[in-house]
Amino acid sequence: MSAANSNIRDYPGFRLLTLVFFLWLYLPIAVVIYYSFNDNRLVSVWTGFSTKWYASALENAALMSALRVSLTVAVIATIFATAIALVSALVLTRAQGLKFRRVSETVVNLPLLLPEIVLAVAVLILFSQIGLQNGMVRLVLAHTAFCTPFAFMPIRARLQGMPMDFEEAARDLYAAPLTVFRRVTLPMIMPGLFAGAMTAFVISMDDFITSNMLNSGGATTLPVYIFSLIRQGTTPELNAVSTLLIAASLVLATIVIVLNARAMRREG
Amino acid sequence: MSKAFRFWGLVPAWALMLLTLIVPILIVAAVSVAERGAYGGFTWGFDLTSYRQILFTEGWTDELEFDPAYLIIIGRTLAYAAGATLISLLLALPVSYFISLQSARMKLILVYLVTLPFWVSMIVRVYAWLIILGNDGLAERAFRLFGGWDVPGFLFTPGAMLTGMVYSYIPLMILPVYASVEKLDPALIEASHDLYGSRWTAMRRVILPLASPGLMAGSILVFVPCLGTVLEPMLLGGGKQLMMGTLIQNQFGGARNWPFGSAIAMLLLAMVIGVLILNARRALARQTEVAP
Repeated sequence: MSAANSNIRDYPGFRLLTLVFFLWLYLPIAVVIYYSFNDNRLVSVWTGFSTKWYASALENAALMSALRVSLTVAVIATIFATAIALVSALVLTRAQGLKFRRVSETVVNLPLLLPEIVLAVAVLILFSQIGLQNGMVRLVLAHTAFCTPFAFMPIRARLQGMPMDFEEAARDLYAAPLTVFRRVTLPMIMPGLFAGAMTAFVISMDDFITSNMLNSGGATTLPVYIFSLIRQGTTPELNAVSTLLIAASLVLATIVIVLNARAMRREG
Repeated sequence: MSKAFRFWGLVPAWALMLLTLIVPILIVAAVSVAERGAYGGFTWGFDLTSYRQILFTEGWTDELEFDPAYLIIIGRTLAYAAGATLISLLLALPVSYFISLQSARMKLILVYLVTLPFWVSMIVRVYAWLIILGNDGLAERAFRLFGGWDVPGFLFTPGAMLTGMVYSYIPLMILPVYASVEKLDPALIEASHDLYGSRWTAMRRVILPLASPGLMAGSILVFVPCLGTVLEPMLLGGGKQLMMGTLIQNQFGGARNWPFGSAIAMLLLAMVIGVLILNARRALARQTEVAP
């Protein structure tokens, strides 16, 4: 393409605007990380470099217990959501002449379509009506529901993207259905399955609205606890916790995005 | 695929969604017409008091007085959601277009950079803006330094809330807009130039119409979660400026009026479903238009 052509397509100011946009996008993250190393008790007055707030965050028992709740709920909800998403995706992409395919697909994706606050209120009323008191069970059930579509999408994309030839070849060689799944389908959709599980895990770890609505003694998740800390006022310790969360999210996100990009490149 | 698996494979998903979503929403609908009990509970029945309460309050002698307080909250919710959507749209178009002009490798990197902050916990992202916009925060100091004047404070203003909402949801706008702008044939822009169209004519007559499916999809993806947003009004708006999400939350927290909270939740649900249906009908009309 000649220089003159690309010139027509360039718009004055778009480059600058994009640059400013990306600075704005990363400014909040940078600010939290920067202030987490601040020696001063006051969040916005910089007096020197220190890692003491990380130490004090890790010694905070309430914080650690909230982290434990979050991790437990996220791991269990991820396992359930991924298993449910996997069997649904297998049926929805592989069964021929399936009845209610559109409806079933909508049902699996339902949590994505509706506002979370409504779903949170709905499960709260349900649990109180059936007398389900156990905070952890309530969290796991609700989290499994809204994590399922996030696990479903990458798995379905992977199943749709891969040719059926391999599975047919295995069947022609008299492999039992379970063997076909275990030896052919599962290894081939592994990146999608992994990406789906990671996404579900991150979504569960990050959730605030539902977890806050279901918050009860002994079942306070990390975001809900962080919210209560914010209400008490900003502290450097809060910045240290936030920085650790940011680091964890960015690492997990990078893995998922790279996996998805690779899967797409192989298809294309 | 065996017949049994075709059936049993979908059972867990249906069971999960029926149990935790469909049935509970039906219960919310039932609670919204239940009667409010004396101590924050409710008794089953059919009573439209909660819906009437959205528009009217009961006076001393049981007469109904029109009270716009809740209508204002609903209007505010719509206005903020529309505002955040519009700002996202105005930012997303030039940014997506600029990204689409880059090399294949650069495109990948920039799209990755757009999605990355979206993975950071929502509470952390809102908290970060609380620090920046807060007392003696970065924003105030930047104004003092470059503008030379003291600002009365950014926190708890409409601007703070809009900033938080746009920041939370803008990747959902950029991704579909980028997807449609990226497919744009450069020859069309050249053709418009050859016909003596200026850059801005090309933008208005070529790029915008071709990007409109992405703009529409992105607008829905931003508008719908903004309607039910909770964290931004609570933390950046200071909790005084109620939105529908926070109003619902209050009814199930401190205020303890479950029937009224359920009625507002049903209203929010109806609004979201309305938007989705309008969008589906528009997409359908477009399809039949394109294929004669």
